[in-house]
Amino acid sequence: MAPLVQIALLFGKLSLLAVGGVNSTLPAIEREVVDGRHWMTARAFAQIFAIAQSAPGPNMLVVVLVGQKVAGVAGGVVAALAMLLPAGVLVVVASGLWERFRAARWRRVLQAAILPITAGLVLAAAAVLVEAADTSFVLAAVTAAATWANLRTKWHPLWVLAGGTVVGLLVW
Amino acid sequence: MADREKLTHGALFSGFFQAGIIGFGGVLPFARRLMVEKWGWLTAEEFNDLFSLCQFMPGANIVNMAFAFGARHQGVSGAAAAVTGLLAAPMAIVLVLGAMCGRFGGIPVVQHGLAGLAAAACGLVAATAVKIAWPVVRKKDVLFLQKKAPRPGNQKNSYLPRDLAPAGEAPPVNKSFLLLFFKKEVLASFSLRGMLVTCLAFGLVVIGHVSLPLTMLVLLPFSLVLAWRL
Repeated sequence: MAPLVQIALLFGKLSLLAVGGVNSTLPAIEREVVDGRHWMTARAFAQIFAIAQSAPGPNMLVVVLVGQKVAGVAGGVVAALAMLLPAGVLVVVASGLWERFRAARWRRVLQAAILPITAGLVLAAAAVLVEAADTSFVLAAVTAAATWANLRTKWHPLWVLAGGTVVGLLVW
Repeated sequence: MADREKLTHGALFSGFFQAGIIGFGGVLPFARRLMVEKWGWLTAEEFNDLFSLCQFMPGANIVNMAFAFGARHQGVSGAAAAVTGLLAAPMAIVLVLGAMCGRFGGIPVVQHGLAGLAAAACGLVAATAVKIAWPVVRKKDVLFLQKKAPRPGNQKNSYLPRDLAPAGEAPPVNKSFLLLFFKKEVLASFSLRGMLVTCLAFGLVVIGHVSLPLTMLVLLPFSLVLAWRL
């Protein structure tokens, strides 16, 4: 099978499995790409993940890099489209229904039920990120300062990020 | 949202473009800041509503949000405009970085800068998580929030923890909220159900290391029963 078709099929499938966000399918992506299809080594995958993390944008960008590694820029674009479109079509339909039944009781109960789960999951995602990123006391202090700044000041987040980068460079 | 004026394709594209190109470490903090705090496209509750729908659907949360938000305003072409805007710059950047194939990633200076950047970025995510959780753990539940207060143009949202700042700095809009906070009623203003489910979801993932889809699957029936009965 042509690599582009393989990429499209793989990420099209993963797209519909990525409930809760792309990060929840990262282990599955790694298994398929490294162990299943031998497209790259585990080390290369870790490197790709690091690149995707350091670039701006949604964290699904890692699939673009996987596609690019296998089949060049076209592979990256195909991987992105395959990862986005199936889930996107689903969410557009769901969001339409969600709006249409705005006043229905079941809709309000469902909304009241999923809101606190979402809140817990976002907090958990933050905690997991903190656990991974804060490997030293200084980095933990950077995270705490950034949290405070975003909650209590009107500073633009880019300044907060720039400050964190500078501290990282200085401490080295 | 139906009564709100529709955003044009250009506004959708450029709005999500701005969120995407500066979205280091995740777009969520930037998207929420722009859509809720800066432009007032959505209230804090509407943002939570849409975001939780997008989280429960498969796919990247913030990309799903661009799809759904764009589609609400301009249909399928609006969704395309929002998603293209969100991804154009990040995809170009990541493809260039990938082509250089981490040639600079191994240099210690770069690594230390990136470590600091990552630490600050997760601080932003943590703050955004607090902002999202704040209205959820308080008693103003969607079920009780049938009549929305008129929202003054671009005012700061009164649900943000930031408004707990000293009274002198706060706009008069938040007076009632501040009063509420400094009185004893504050304890009564928290929603037990919201806090319980939020803490359970947090605990299952962080302490129990349960996967996200499984956490949702396990908690949804429980949370539904609570929401139904209370």
